Amino acid sequence: MNRNKPELLVTAGSLEEIQMYVKAGADAVNIGENNFGVRMPGNFTTLDIKEAIETAHRLHAKVYVSINNLYHNDDLEALSVYLQQLSEWKVDAVVFGDPAIIMLMKELNIQIPLHWNAEMLSTNYATATYWERKGANRVVLARELNLEEIHDTKRNLQSMEVQVQVHGMTNIYHSRRELLQNYAAHQGKSSVKQDDFSMEKEMYLVEEEREGLQFPIFEDDNGTHVMSAEDICLIEVLDELLEVDLDSLKIEGIMKSAAYNEVVIACYREAIDQYYANPEEYECNPAWLERIKKVQDEHRELTFGFLFKEQVY
Amino acid sequence: MTLQQSIDKSAAHRRKLHKPELLAPAGNLEKLKMAVHYGADAVYIGGQKYGLRSNADNFSFDEMKQAVEYASRYDAKVFVATNIFAHNEDIEGIAAYLEQLQEAGISAIIAADPIIMETAKQVAPKVEVHVSTQQSSVNWRTVQYWKEEGAPRVVLGRETSMQEIIEIKKRVDVEIEVFIHGAMCSSYSGRCVLSNHFTDRDSNRGGCCQSCRWQYDLYQKNGNPVAADIPLFAEDDPAFSMSAKDLFMIQNVPALIESGVDSFKIEGRMKTVHYVATVVNAYRQAIDSYLDNPDRYVLKQEWLEEIYKAANRPLNDGFFFDSPAAKDHIFGPEDKLVSYDFAGLVLDYDADTKIATIQQRNYFKPEYEVEFFGPNHTLFHQKVETIWDDKGNELDAARHPLQVVKFKVNQPLKPMDIMRKKLG
Repeated sequence: MNRNKPELLVTAGSLEEIQMYVKAGADAVNIGENNFGVRMPGNFTTLDIKEAIETAHRLHAKVYVSINNLYHNDDLEALSVYLQQLSEWKVDAVVFGDPAIIMLMKELNIQIPLHWNAEMLSTNYATATYWERKGANRVVLARELNLEEIHDTKRNLQSMEVQVQVHGMTNIYHSRRELLQNYAAHQGKSSVKQDDFSMEKEMYLVEEEREGLQFPIFEDDNGTHVMSAEDICLIEVLDELLEVDLDSLKIEGIMKSAAYNEVVIACYREAIDQYYANPEEYECNPAWLERIKKVQDEHRELTFGFLFKEQVY
Repeated sequence: MTLQQSIDKSAAHRRKLHKPELLAPAGNLEKLKMAVHYGADAVYIGGQKYGLRSNADNFSFDEMKQAVEYASRYDAKVFVATNIFAHNEDIEGIAAYLEQLQEAGISAIIAADPIIMETAKQVAPKVEVHVSTQQSSVNWRTVQYWKEEGAPRVVLGRETSMQEIIEIKKRVDVEIEVFIHGAMCSSYSGRCVLSNHFTDRDSNRGGCCQSCRWQYDLYQKNGNPVAADIPLFAEDDPAFSMSAKDLFMIQNVPALIESGVDSFKIEGRMKTVHYVATVVNAYRQAIDSYLDNPDRYVLKQEWLEEIYKAANRPLNDGFFFDSPAAKDHIFGPEDKLVSYDFAGLVLDYDADTKIATIQQRNYFKPEYEVEFFGPNHTLFHQKVETIWDDKGNELDAARHPLQVVKFKVNQPLKPMDIMRKKLG
């Protein structure tokens, strides 16, 4: 049987990171412009994006641009211009969640491959198929799915590509509210002064009964974002995950150093290549996990995420 | 009708004010009956599956039929929330479930997951599809998308401002529903898996455990690995929280009507009969009063007071006029505002003897100050006098839930009027 190797995708925050990550083994990069993309590891201006696409294409890597916010009326005009530009610059795909993107592309009469990514809301194959009928060629699965759900989803899709996050943190809460600013205002004359709530400030929440778990939190023009306290790391169970051929494995690079991401990419690169060289004989090399652990923040556990969990409701 | 009145009427007519639907929640059949009786034009409920309140009573198909039958006597509609984001295992039963809703006479489903919307179009064409707030539709292009998909109505995300609503109404010819009262997700609805991470409960299938209202300590990493991280709170500061105050728009009913919004939605399928009746009653009066005579409309202090009698959390106006600030959030312990409780349901009133027959809902006894209210502007208070049971025996107190008791009430009452008592 001829099996297709999945692409190894990583989010990148700068041109330098793109070059580094592709060299380390990434097949594709996911980038964004802060006015249109949310929770990206760094900001690319519109012109940077043009250059990023050219650079990546020279290196034979693909570029997916996130236009993954929930948009308000005032955003729509600029979005149209942006989509037009991305189309001209031959971006490989746009990552979207808001159906406004489909409407705008229809109106502009442009065709860009679309990856449907509604974060925690991309939870079943039938809805993925729905978005495929609307023009999406890939579904980015919610990180809250377990192994069986991931496999069933892929098995139930004919031609739609399936992307799964294999490493890094995930967004667990997005509010349009300026919650950190509001908290600071509420504290008022408190001795604690804070006016910058960006992700660079490295703030985190600790829930009263879950000491030891640090949930990163930041605020930007799109509101307040809370991230997972653990990093997904599926390298040890890659063979189980790949029992069904997936199309893209994503490493989320947000709030990590480039050096960290480089190590992670290199390990997954080796693992994927080794697995596809001979799936039957494949064994996870303990050195990969060791290398990752060496650069891992000691306060953030590496876990299988929801891969082996059963959720109730 | 005086001349002035007829001038006012024609002014309202000239302005072609569109009468909005008042849409109320109902966690069970009794709440549904009260909501409709107190003036809701439509009621939304949950069934046994696919809704986001897995802990609520929820309706069986048989109860849904009764609900539709009862509502139709008032010309009111019944909607069913099927607003989960489905997982693979949920797909198979969707069609059969939606067929049953159609058979029960349900007017619309409120759906978030497109696969539920699509299935409804195929197997239950008589049931309208309303796009849930869980889709966070906050711009007119997205609203237009759902219209083109065949949805006659879109429930906007709660992040939409009044100005944005007006533009959406202007640009897209589709019914717009907005939340005007009740608790809100502080996140974009659906864009939160705190419950999944904290408790393995799937928030988008009804397992939300309101982790946004929990208390958190906020720290900043210290670049120095040996030093401790920096707490961003002083010792006596309240903890950080993501808790939003509840929405209330009773003071802005005219602006809401003028914006052209088609449906005013009250949140609260888990709320009590007393809450639903009180809140519906207040908005019903405000809406009718404005439509009756927009130029002479005055916000009655009484409506505000009524709302506060039922509210159990602090209130604010969300995103309608500006971005929520510190005052719109709850930091520290939540105030418990609820000051009144449901004490009895009026079953009958004898105008000759002035004896009211009342079904007990909470403890009361002679000398208690109680308040009666009902639709059609009934609102008065009095002291409880001698209480008898249904056999005429005098009671020292009405102790038993659902016990039928009688006592003298000075002003006339109607069945389904509510008796409330002050707490604390």
